[in-house]
Amino acid sequence: MKRKKRIATVSLAGCFGCHMSLLDMDEHILELMELAEFDRSPLTDFKTFSRRCDIGVIEGGCCNEENVHTLQEFRKHCDVLVAVGQCAIMGGLPVMRNAIMHSEDPLRECLEEAYSSSAKVYNPNNQIPNDAALPLLLDKVYTCAEVVKIDYQIPGCPPTGEVLWATLAALIKGEPAPQEYHMIKYD
Amino acid sequence: MDNDNATLIKQACADYDNDPRRMMDILWQVQDKLRCIDGEAMSLIASLTGTYRVEVEGVVSFYAFFSDKRKGDITIRLCDDIIDRHAGAQAVAEAFSGALGIQPGETSTDGAFSLEFTPCIGMCDQAPAALINDVVVTRLTPAKVKSILRTLRKTKDPQTLIGKTGDGANSDPLVQAMVRNNIRQPGPVLLTDVDPEQGLRAALQLSPQEVISHIEESLLRGRGGAGFPTGRKWRLAANTPAEERYVICNADEGEPGTFKDRVLLTEKPDLLFSGMTIAAYAVGARHGILYLRGEYRYLRAYLEETLQRRREQNLLGSGILGRKDFAFDIRIQMGAGAYICGEESSLISSCEGKRGEPKNRPPFPVQSGYLGYPTVVNNVETLSCVPRIMAQGATWFRGMGTTGSSGTKLLSVSGDCARPGIYEVAFGVTLAEILEQAGAQDAAAIVVGGASGQIVGRTEFHRRLCFEDLASAGAIVCFNSSRNILEAAAYYMDFFIEESCGYCTPCRVGNVFLKKGLEKIMHGEGEPEDLDYLRNLSDTIIATSRCGLGHTSPNPILSTMEYFPLVYSAMVKERPGGMQAGFNIQKALDEARIIAKRRSLIYDPAYGDRE
Repeated sequence: MKRKKRIATVSLAGCFGCHMSLLDMDEHILELMELAEFDRSPLTDFKTFSRRCDIGVIEGGCCNEENVHTLQEFRKHCDVLVAVGQCAIMGGLPVMRNAIMHSEDPLRECLEEAYSSSAKVYNPNNQIPNDAALPLLLDKVYTCAEVVKIDYQIPGCPPTGEVLWATLAALIKGEPAPQEYHMIKYD
Repeated sequence: MDNDNATLIKQACADYDNDPRRMMDILWQVQDKLRCIDGEAMSLIASLTGTYRVEVEGVVSFYAFFSDKRKGDITIRLCDDIIDRHAGAQAVAEAFSGALGIQPGETSTDGAFSLEFTPCIGMCDQAPAALINDVVVTRLTPAKVKSILRTLRKTKDPQTLIGKTGDGANSDPLVQAMVRNNIRQPGPVLLTDVDPEQGLRAALQLSPQEVISHIEESLLRGRGGAGFPTGRKWRLAANTPAEERYVICNADEGEPGTFKDRVLLTEKPDLLFSGMTIAAYAVGARHGILYLRGEYRYLRAYLEETLQRRREQNLLGSGILGRKDFAFDIRIQMGAGAYICGEESSLISSCEGKRGEPKNRPPFPVQSGYLGYPTVVNNVETLSCVPRIMAQGATWFRGMGTTGSSGTKLLSVSGDCARPGIYEVAFGVTLAEILEQAGAQDAAAIVVGGASGQIVGRTEFHRRLCFEDLASAGAIVCFNSSRNILEAAAYYMDFFIEESCGYCTPCRVGNVFLKKGLEKIMHGEGEPEDLDYLRNLSDTIIATSRCGLGHTSPNPILSTMEYFPLVYSAMVKERPGGMQAGFNIQKALDEARIIAKRRSLIYDPAYGDRE
């Protein structure tokens, strides 16, 4: 019997929605477990790679240094990287902060808008979170492909469990990704 | 708004019968008088012309020469073409900036001066050049800047900058420009001394159908770049049933490096107007429009006077040359600084007083053009050939050039060469022959046809300039071996990014991505697959854009990739490990380090050894 493929997954600057969608493949998860095993992933709660993996599944883009570091680790430890969902591919909701582009200090402007100057914020001390354990933010949000090379993308917000299952299964079997209209139609 | 300004605006609208289709003319007048078209002015113009403010604002914001913020009484527009840059425009800009205390894009606090950059103003043969209000000043140097500003501060009149006027009609009392024609090689069709009306008289002896057949037989093709057969265009317009038809001359010569129409308009306006009149007779048009680019406004009074003289000579108006059944007149429509208006459907939009955005085709302008009427849009040079063909015959015309490209072509040669200027040559001449004539011995790269054309290297200098081989609207821009070819490609991409009308996404967004991809390579961060990316993206932009701008905007990159493959391959390299060379984590963290007042736990090694 052939060795099972090893899959690692992570959510960077995402909402875990793509991971929820991954679980949404329902009983296909059993078929997936026939073909593959999960290594580093929120599903296994492994925090580090135990071995080199065949497939890395990335949810979310990069908004802080830890995202970048994790993504680079995935690139080093996985043969194939798959960016899943809008945030990983295009930046998604977090990338909206890149719209603050005509400022001398866009990151500070973004933090002030979020934590003090906005009308709906109650923050009498105008304190901006800055615990030493918090990773530093990047100057702007980067898509995964801006930081490392990405081999495949599965669009959607989130992609459905059906699409994730079919695409991962095809990738594992070395077949072309499914192209059925209803699977790649998003409105 | 004070009453005086309101009166001026009312007058401007009244001068054009409060007609929203004459919006360009109204806005020019208001911009001239008030130095801006602000919100209140827009509202007033909208109510007077029976349109909406957003329509007026759309037009104002579209054209570079209109402004909602007050411009200086004297607006200095420095030509930012790559030829001007090579000729030292940057030093000139710094001299102006320093002396005026403002940066390009700003207006001095006393409202006296504005300083701006503008794309090619059609003076590449006498760069660096600038427009000071409507007045063209050429061959600028930092040293001249001081005396220019001294004169302007004293007289407040840019016309007083003109000492010695240029050759030919540049010295006409109504032109008085320091522009030089730089006609290096006259030819038998256009730049020759002949009676411009001979062709018109001959045409009026024939029936309109016979005139069209004549032009068809001459195999005349459009000189604006696309090369559409002129006779067929006329026949299509003539055969479309309509109450009115229009003839428009495209004098929106905006292609960087092209200035041949400038010389024709200066030296041969009668030949052009005679050609327009013949076209009108052939297709049955009663009205013509000369769409003159804003940068050539210094020629307007002269051209208006030429039209007036023609009316007096019975060459325009009703019963032209005794033909009771033939009436035709021409008005001049000023453009206002938009490259896209050189595209015929955008030009028509602009003539109609709208944003210069392209229209959907079909219907083509010959079926439904200006105000919905069948419209023939021809280039200045094309129309100027017409009277010569009618006078000398189609066979004579076909006797010059190649089988697929009859007649002669005006070339605007500029850049690194000893003799920049205008050359009238028969189609089929090789690039090497032109370069020899122009004294461009050290040429390493030539831009044939301007930004939308091809950038070719020495291996292609044997190729012939004609529609079958290297097609060109006339620009031949020479770069010597000291120039950076990728910088040139990047310059032209910037030009397209600036001039895209923004209507369709492939062009508006795609060109920005193309430029980014090129920059990545220029920074030494590129990989071989980036070249494929540039090719694929170019194909998409070409296939999906709405008009000619997007169909040609990837050319600077595609042609340099084709003809300078070694430059690109030297700049890209394989990077194992899968990391993107363009991403710099240290730079990305700089701002956060300052805000958080701490170092990175991961990327600043002094804090530990996690990496």
